[in-house]
Amino acid sequence: MITYIFVFLAVLAVASALAMVISKNTVNSALFLVLNMVSLAGLFLLLKAQFLAVIQILVYAGAIMVLFLFVIMLLNVEDEESLFSRFRVKYFVAFLVGIAVFSQLLYSIGSFSEMLPEVAPEMTEAGTVEAVGEVLYSQYLLPFHIIALLLTAAVNGALMIAQHKIKPGASND
Amino acid sequence: MEPVTTTSYIVLGIALFMLLNSAALAVYAERRVAAFIQNRWGPNRVGPYGLFQPIADVVKLLLKEDVTPARGFKTIHAIAPMIPVFTALMTVAVIPFGDGLYATDINSGVLYILAINSLGVYGITLGGWASNSKYSLLGGLRAAAQMISYELPMGLAVASCILFAGSLSFIDVVNSQEVWWNVIRNPIAAVIFIVTAFAEANRTPFDLPEAEHELVGGYHTEYSSMKFGMFFLAEYMHVVVGSMLITTFFFGGYHLPFAGLWLPEMGVTAKAILDVSVFVLKTVFFAFLFIWVRWTIPRFKYNQVMKLGWKRLLPISIFNFLGLAVIVYFWHHYIA
Amino acid sequence: MISIDWFLALSALLFCVGMIGVLVRKNAIVIFMCVELMLNAVNLSLVSFSSHYGNVDGQILVFFALAVAAAEAVVGLAIIIAIFRNNLSVDINNVNLMRW
Repeated sequence: MITYIFVFLAVLAVASALAMVISKNTVNSALFLVLNMVSLAGLFLLLKAQFLAVIQILVYAGAIMVLFLFVIMLLNVEDEESLFSRFRVKYFVAFLVGIAVFSQLLYSIGSFSEMLPEVAPEMTEAGTVEAVGEVLYSQYLLPFHIIALLLTAAVNGALMIAQHKIKPGASND
Repeated sequence: MEPVTTTSYIVLGIALFMLLNSAALAVYAERRVAAFIQNRWGPNRVGPYGLFQPIADVVKLLLKEDVTPARGFKTIHAIAPMIPVFTALMTVAVIPFGDGLYATDINSGVLYILAINSLGVYGITLGGWASNSKYSLLGGLRAAAQMISYELPMGLAVASCILFAGSLSFIDVVNSQEVWWNVIRNPIAAVIFIVTAFAEANRTPFDLPEAEHELVGGYHTEYSSMKFGMFFLAEYMHVVVGSMLITTFFFGGYHLPFAGLWLPEMGVTAKAILDVSVFVLKTVFFAFLFIWVRWTIPRFKYNQVMKLGWKRLLPISIFNFLGLAVIVYFWHHYIA
Repeated sequence: MISIDWFLALSALLFCVGMIGVLVRKNAIVIFMCVELMLNAVNLSLVSFSSHYGNVDGQILVFFALAVAAAEAVVGLAIIIAIFRNNLSVDINNVNLMRW
């Protein structure tokens, strides 16, 4: 049963990733990315990381991608031409590089294949909110505070960059 | 996580069925209550007291022509109305309706609710965008901005309830309110949660996304037939789900006031009947509150909505959360 | 139970799809989304390692990666809006003022 779920989610994730890269319309790309993230959240659940699965939906699908959609709709970006409409050397090279990296990664995974363990039995406890929180607020307290600072800095930076400065005297249209 | 039992399936089935029906009832109730408030009769022709009016509405919607904008995006236009319905239906999976009457007890149930809730914005935004109309697009963008802004105070208000429960599971949240309801321990967060629940359900005074005098019909301007019906259904399901969440988080769920102090031991069946009827009564009251407010308070302006969200509710909820955290910490370590 | 290899292979595949997307597309927003896809792929491999060793540290790292991704999205989209305001397009081939 778990194998079937894994195959389904994996195919969904890869298909939506490919569709995201290929589709001409930016909004469609964003929606396929949302689908990809939801299927990844399902995979996290298979790995018994419940907290991260929910957080993945909450942060990525619920906040970041809504922001992306908001910007795309606001800018009203036009459709691009299809990737397959005309052959370019650039695409071919990019594809080759991608295949090369993928085969390297597969090779390195394959050579360690024997040494890797199964899902640890204690994992059913380790992925819960309590377990994650306990480690996060004791061992990783300093990084957690730094992340908070980083987020504050990012919000300020975004405001500074995106703020529309109205020059005095210029017509404000 | 505990194994899924037959009880879970039965509870889930009944809950989904009742939620769908309650949306229809809410439509009827809205029209009758509106009529009562405005001193007129309301629908009273179809069936006794007009009770079959929702069925007539649905039949009318089904028989109408399904119009799709010619320059719009047909697939997204068709998918968009389903998303809010799905997200509303998914919430009942974790809400406890009585002692032991719940579909599933997820260890991070509260986060699950917030996550599902945050997905609901896609339906409205995409529906507005796919219609290829300026009114729809404006409505959709307004909805996105409004729902993102009000998620933050909502999350913080919920977090301050979690402080008392000490767990993200709904069962623990409800059981922690057996004696003291959260509305008594934490009234500020209760008010904030009710306001944000109104905003998340896009109800008056926060129905900016469909403000008819400026945006025609808002995000569902270009929708007709059953696609519009889905948006309509989703809005009333969100009213019901919002009432359930207000009940669960702040008004003791299925517990009577101070039930832990005076309620005698009862048999399983009697307790289950009492629990469910208490829960349903509270939910009905808050659904009535939703309708009552809609026909009493005028709509905000858009800048007022944003100002209320970011400058009032968010700071208040943050300080409320911090203060409560300090109090709970000292209570647990020095007094109790 | 599925062994960890499959999760790692899936993660590698997603990473490479994201990488090809970054190299191929011209729309700045789509490139940005491909970067998010690559981040997600790495998150998947971190979570799978974490749960196969029964150690929660990997998940903490994913949590931090999520926070950084949020910060990155905010700043990146602000930059894209600034570019659009100057160029009226988000095609990265048009952003060539600093090119030699």
